[in-house]
Amino acid sequence: MQRVEKQKTTIPFWRDERILGVLGQAIFVFVVLFVGWLIYQNMKAGLAKQGITLSYSFLKGISGFDIAESLFAYNRSSSYWQAYLAGLLNTLSVSIVGVIFATILGVVLGVARLSTNFIINRLAAFYLELIRNLSLLVFLIFWYLGVFLKLPLVNEAIIWPGDIILSNRGVGIPWGIPTASFPTFRLILLAGFIFALIVFFSLLAYSRRTGRAPLTSLWTLAAFLLVGLTGWFALPEKPLVLDLPFVKGLNLSGGKILSPEFMALTSGLVLYTSAFIGEVVRAGIVSVSKGQVEASRALGLNGFQTLRLIVFPQAMRVIIPPLTSQYLNLIKNSSLAIAVGYPDVFYVSNTIQNQTGRAVEMISMVMLTYLIFSLITSVFMNWYNQKIKLVER
Amino acid sequence: MRKTFWLVSLLVVVSLVLAACGSPAATEEAAAPAAEPEAAAGPAGFGSTLATVKERGSLICGANSQVPGFGFVDADGNFSGIDVDYCRALAAAIFGDAAKVEFRPVTAAERFTALQSGEIDVLSRNTTWSLARDTELGGNFTSTTFYDGQGMMVPVDSGITSLEGLEGGTICVQTGTTTELNLADVMASLGISYTPAVFEDADSTFGAYAESRCDAVTTDKSGLVSRRAVLADPAAHVILDVTMSKEPLGPMVRHGDDQWFDIAQWTVFAMIAAEEYGITSANVDEVKSSATNPEILRLLGVEGDMGLKLGLSNDWAYNIIKLVGNYEEVYNRSLGPDTPTYIPRGLNSLYTDGGLLYAPPVR
Repeated sequence: MQRVEKQKTTIPFWRDERILGVLGQAIFVFVVLFVGWLIYQNMKAGLAKQGITLSYSFLKGISGFDIAESLFAYNRSSSYWQAYLAGLLNTLSVSIVGVIFATILGVVLGVARLSTNFIINRLAAFYLELIRNLSLLVFLIFWYLGVFLKLPLVNEAIIWPGDIILSNRGVGIPWGIPTASFPTFRLILLAGFIFALIVFFSLLAYSRRTGRAPLTSLWTLAAFLLVGLTGWFALPEKPLVLDLPFVKGLNLSGGKILSPEFMALTSGLVLYTSAFIGEVVRAGIVSVSKGQVEASRALGLNGFQTLRLIVFPQAMRVIIPPLTSQYLNLIKNSSLAIAVGYPDVFYVSNTIQNQTGRAVEMISMVMLTYLIFSLITSVFMNWYNQKIKLVER
Repeated sequence: MRKTFWLVSLLVVVSLVLAACGSPAATEEAAAPAAEPEAAAGPAGFGSTLATVKERGSLICGANSQVPGFGFVDADGNFSGIDVDYCRALAAAIFGDAAKVEFRPVTAAERFTALQSGEIDVLSRNTTWSLARDTELGGNFTSTTFYDGQGMMVPVDSGITSLEGLEGGTICVQTGTTTELNLADVMASLGISYTPAVFEDADSTFGAYAESRCDAVTTDKSGLVSRRAVLADPAAHVILDVTMSKEPLGPMVRHGDDQWFDIAQWTVFAMIAAEEYGITSANVDEVKSSATNPEILRLLGVEGDMGLKLGLSNDWAYNIIKLVGNYEEVYNRSLGPDTPTYIPRGLNSLYTDGGLLYAPPVR
């Protein structure tokens, strides 16, 4: 017994697989870090030789340039850092608007592609094939130069019902302007949100307990709307007043003016990404075996119930991972804004880089920004994927 | 979690590699700093650019490809313009061959990085001389080759005659230019509110203007003149009678190599001096054999060793004049009365004609 133990301990470490494994990984990490360090030193030496030092303190300086669109007050005396933030928020707004609309349109396309109605099916197929085989850059430039800049001049603008103004200076839509009671209303909305959460979780618990399937999402939404609408009508002053867009001099005024750049970028990204999402959704639905549908129909569920309770929950498992990459694609593709002149984070960084000559600093900031955006999206989608994936016993 | 860690570390490494790759010259230079101090006569970097250029056998010139008259590439891929001809003159001074130059089109946004990283030897791309660019961008302006000022162009039928008429309007401008900064400065000081529509290059800026995306377009007046010539209907656009800034345009070189700076600067001076003394590409041989003025003899390398002082051959200026021409010839070729991009000489006349062109003595 003792001999065996002794033998075990005398295995030389270079033959111990566990030690070798750890050692191998340690060496690999060391090599990677060393190469990284070498490159960094090299870059530093190169920059020093040209009399350029690596520093981010220039971000505090006055930018001196204007940005066409910003979600907060920005002017030429704002700092480079604020310019960067303005670009960052623009990227965020394009990404969020893009993801929402691309998802909606994508699901519709995916379902339409599987429709038994010949025309709907063919139309969707034609759309998917056409869009998926275009280059996004070309597509964006088409939307910019070919559609939004081809709209009539401001003084001949088209006015659609609902006070939507279309001109080559942008698209004006009616928009709410916050009044004095808006902060209170915001609190009410928050309360509504919390109430909706409570409804959601209690319905979830009810469903777990009884095995029934109430329309959880619908009730949750109803709860939120109930509180919101009550607040809206209960407040003495309406929290938002409707502001209509109108033509004023050389430009559009009032309401919300969406610039041709923003419109071109968002429509381009949404229509392009939705085609891919449509295929993802179709693949997900097809992956649910026919037997499942037949079984649910046999149990007496109607078509909508089958889709909601049987098909979609199972399809989601297949849909989510590729859907995540489509979301990431959309976010990263938004940097093509530079082609249509929309001031997103990459564009603004480019301007800053060019006005200050800080190429390494700005590029590193932009890379980090996209990395963070993508990782956050991935983490969220992975969490969601974990939640819905098949629990194997 | 471990996957995320690997992902992050991989991305960090890749980003560093990319950042370093952006400056190939830096890599080469950093590799052999130990040997240099003994070899070089002057301070670090002195003479290295000329040596590199000679070894390569051609000059790499960062040029514009979209502004007719300054730097423009035609359908056959030929470059033309005064900025482009400057690079030819520099090649003539170094190699005695104006064709030994490779033009690399750079955008306004890329140009300084391209120069800093050593991708180009000289930047001759209607670039405005300013303090910030002369210092922290790691470059040196050699001399002004064109005195310009920022202007504003509007469609004639808009009825706009002054900057105030643009209140509330949209103005097309190119990113990363001094123009973009001047526009913000001038409009802020006049209290005029406007929306900038900012584009990546001259083609998209003027393309958007042509599509009526903007009420006006702004850039250097020379740029407006040359771009107006290629608009669908040049007569339908008018350049407002306002000058929003001083824009001295000229070639730029990297910090740290004073010999190269001298060569780049004296190439400009040689062309200006040649105009002053009436030496042209047509009569240079005759002048060389018959001139008595010692200043001319020194310039053409008959007397003294001015070229050797620059690290070039003694007939450097002769080659410039013979192969490319004097300043007037270069100017008229691209911006003269016979060209579609005609700009009167104005400030860009010799000092003897009331302009600002003045070359220091060659002695």
